[in-house]
Amino acid sequence: MRYLPLTPDDRRAMLAKIGAADVDALFRDVPKSAVVPVSVFDLPDTQGELAVDRAMSKLAAKNVAASAAPFFCGAGAYKHHVPSAVDHLIQRSEFLTSYTPYQPEIAQGTLQYLFEFQTQVALLTGMEVANASLYDGSTATAEAVLMAQRITKRGKAILSGGLHPHYAETVETVAGLFGPVERTPVTPGSAEDIITLIDDQTACVVVQSPDVFGLIRNLRPIAEAAHAKGALLIAVVTEIVSLGLLEPPGAQGADIVAAEGQSIGNGLNFGGPYVGLFATREKFLRQMPGRLCGETVDAEGRRGFVLTLSTREQHIRREKATSNICTNSGLCTLAFTIHLSLLGEDGLTRLARLNHAKACALADRLAALPGVELVTNAFFNELTVKLPKPAGPIVDALAAKGVIAGVPASRLMKGQDKLLILAATETNTDEDFDALVAALKEAI
Amino acid sequence: MSMNNQGRPSGSGEAFPASIATISGDRGLDHEEGLIFELGHGATGVDLPDVQISESRLGGARRSGAIGLPGLSEPEVIRHYVRLSRKNYAIDSGLYPLGSCTMKHNPRLNEKMARLPGFGDLHPLAPQSTTQGALEAISQLMNWLTTLTGMPAVAMSPKAGAHGELCGLLAIRTAIQARGEDRKRILVPESAHGTNPATAAFAGFTVDEVPALSNGRVDAEALKAKLGPDVAAIMLTNPNTCGLFEGEIVDIAKAVHEAGAYFYCDGANFNAIAGKVRPGDLGIDAMHINLHKTFSTPHGGGGPGAGPVVLSDRLAAYAPIPLLVADKNGFRLIEDAADAPKGAKPFGRMCAFHGQMGMFTRALTYMLSHGRDGVRQASEDAVLSANYILASLKDVMSAPFGDGPCMHEALFDDSFLDGTGVTTLDFAKAMIDEGYHPMTMYFPLVVHGAMLIEPTESESKHSLDRFIHVLRTLATEAREKKTERFAGAPHLAPRRRLDETAAARKPVLRWKPDPLKAAAE
Repeated sequence: MRYLPLTPDDRRAMLAKIGAADVDALFRDVPKSAVVPVSVFDLPDTQGELAVDRAMSKLAAKNVAASAAPFFCGAGAYKHHVPSAVDHLIQRSEFLTSYTPYQPEIAQGTLQYLFEFQTQVALLTGMEVANASLYDGSTATAEAVLMAQRITKRGKAILSGGLHPHYAETVETVAGLFGPVERTPVTPGSAEDIITLIDDQTACVVVQSPDVFGLIRNLRPIAEAAHAKGALLIAVVTEIVSLGLLEPPGAQGADIVAAEGQSIGNGLNFGGPYVGLFATREKFLRQMPGRLCGETVDAEGRRGFVLTLSTREQHIRREKATSNICTNSGLCTLAFTIHLSLLGEDGLTRLARLNHAKACALADRLAALPGVELVTNAFFNELTVKLPKPAGPIVDALAAKGVIAGVPASRLMKGQDKLLILAATETNTDEDFDALVAALKEAI
Repeated sequence: MSMNNQGRPSGSGEAFPASIATISGDRGLDHEEGLIFELGHGATGVDLPDVQISESRLGGARRSGAIGLPGLSEPEVIRHYVRLSRKNYAIDSGLYPLGSCTMKHNPRLNEKMARLPGFGDLHPLAPQSTTQGALEAISQLMNWLTTLTGMPAVAMSPKAGAHGELCGLLAIRTAIQARGEDRKRILVPESAHGTNPATAAFAGFTVDEVPALSNGRVDAEALKAKLGPDVAAIMLTNPNTCGLFEGEIVDIAKAVHEAGAYFYCDGANFNAIAGKVRPGDLGIDAMHINLHKTFSTPHGGGGPGAGPVVLSDRLAAYAPIPLLVADKNGFRLIEDAADAPKGAKPFGRMCAFHGQMGMFTRALTYMLSHGRDGVRQASEDAVLSANYILASLKDVMSAPFGDGPCMHEALFDDSFLDGTGVTTLDFAKAMIDEGYHPMTMYFPLVVHGAMLIEPTESESKHSLDRFIHVLRTLATEAREKKTERFAGAPHLAPRRRLDETAAARKPVLRWKPDPLKAAAE
């Protein structure tokens, strides 16, 4: 087996040194009846690289990659162009095959990019501090609700109907153990009245902007209303590129920002791994979940970085930790930070404007189709339309013709069958729009 | 005149003292590197059109201020990250004996397969007719995991080991509620990973610690005595964090089940027994599998991981959405609990979408490469290598449980350093100067000054022998009170010891522009 360096001679010599007759003698603490022969496993034997490459490639070829079709899916995961340098750099051995930087003297590479990442996330969201990432946007949102419950010592969380339903379900699953989680009705294309629901039992209000239908929300009045009742505003962002163009949640009064960072640096990967961004105000620092990297000096007075405030974390605090999280999204974090470094201020704002321009073009083309109604009127790069017929079968029919038309709302929620959610990014061409419009026209 | 290692004369120059400052501040291949924010100068690393837009469709929400991001060209960005990378230790560059972390070789085929456009460029909500190959890959991985563990079901969505623990405990919680019972206590051995008690609290349970015996195993009698009608589950790591197999596990499982509780196994150390022992045969109800450990998806500097959870028949019905089903029309994801098949009662959802697909493709590639025989051989080699280290070091270092064999990792305590003035930390940091990453230190908590060494199956005998030679010499020198290597080590790394106390006392967690410089501009 090509990955195993020990030869039969090596194994014999090592057993002799140990004083064991055979390798099974080393498993003597395992109940005899529990050690099974390899033939018990109905699985294939060792295969060479070529055979495995063929088998995996065959599976991959059964899928339609986003770049292989006119493609308009969004709803929490976005197709963007990632510069070649990103994937090259994250595959460097020193990044790819290192562990969590618990030995800072020989992990300054990881630690410094985490420090830079934290700074970038804080700047982008308009918040004071950010952590070194969580699993993804949905789990970051659940962690934000738990953090608000700890800070306010209240249980109730109010979730906007515009919050991605997968995010809402993730919050309900985890935070629902510690207080009631209420969801407002779904109001595609408009803002629900969430302010009147905030009372003095409320720990937090969770509002996504742009929301799952693509609508840009005004967070300021919600933040003011929440603060008046002693509750926190958690702002959720699933398309982080939007912050290149839109007012950041921090400037609108958000107390915690939970966001999905996939759009910058990371591929679609069929849903994961992604990168959860988490930022808050400095006064809540010690209630924050997850890893934090901080600046310090070494014994010779040189600047260096370490993981810090670990007394919040499970390996020190055990059952009293702020979260059970142990990993972060390391390599996805690195991809995010490299891509953002390549973009810089000018690149990110250009990218964001380009995305919005593409979505405007898409909106105009769709609205011109008879029977198609534009539901979202203020948007970044994603919008929802109402079709004359259920969207699910139409998306399937278009897929059969090689056009991936978007995400039918029925994939995410009940009762909105005619709604289709579409995203347009810098990757979409005029030919994509032509193909979509032509296919849609025929299907409706 | 001395000779270099190619037999050529290396010149008559004097050694360049480490204390001499270079003009640049860099030293050979070790470059000092500023923060990206200090390097930016208004350049750009991308070429994008400068499209102007109207405000009319932005709902009045256009950003009013600048973000503050630095601008650099592509060559500058590449150089920055390459220089940073060279300050990291990595498996690819040396033996990485971190106990409990399983730093095994990361095959590059896995990386290549995960990047095939059909996997890497696939949207999670694309029409399911266009994602059949991805669903089939997940199904194959599920078959490997259930077959290797001898368990009937697996939940794939947990994003890491601790997330898998949470998934398992939420399934247990739901099963207990379905029985109309209220059980709030979870028994956790004191040797457990910190995630175990943290997860139990996270899932709304209280934690009751079970002591360890002097032989490094959990005290089974104390555990049984703690069982009662309010106990929901035990969380046991097996092989445990001392690197030992809990031989009484079948007996423990029986007692747990008789008390109406569930058996959660922390599968962090499954790599010691994969292909040889099936956890399902031991009476386990739920176990997460760290794909980034046992099945070698890379650790990536701390993530991402993946933590699928295998479930027994008693818990399978409560697995979270999404569920993967197959019928004559192919594979299908069930993404809404209301659409769950008869008998399934999902407890909820762990995350958006379907889990860590990028890790699934890597793990499946690893499994197909190894095959069942290779998986078994890897486990045996990992155990053999750990025992070789234990046998080779236990006369100069102190092995509290060294009388018998260990599993995949060898545990030492610091009693061999008694009276030397050298601590576990000093010993570990001295390894850095010798070109090694330290072992896991001060964990597990059940032995004093713990040093936990996990060589994995990826080291050659030559590499193990060299490592053993270095550790033997270090231990011998420490015991002879030749402590100059240890005091203040490391001396040769990119940084000396860092002041962690200062970092925590006055946290600086982000770069901020120098106010004086900003004012001058």
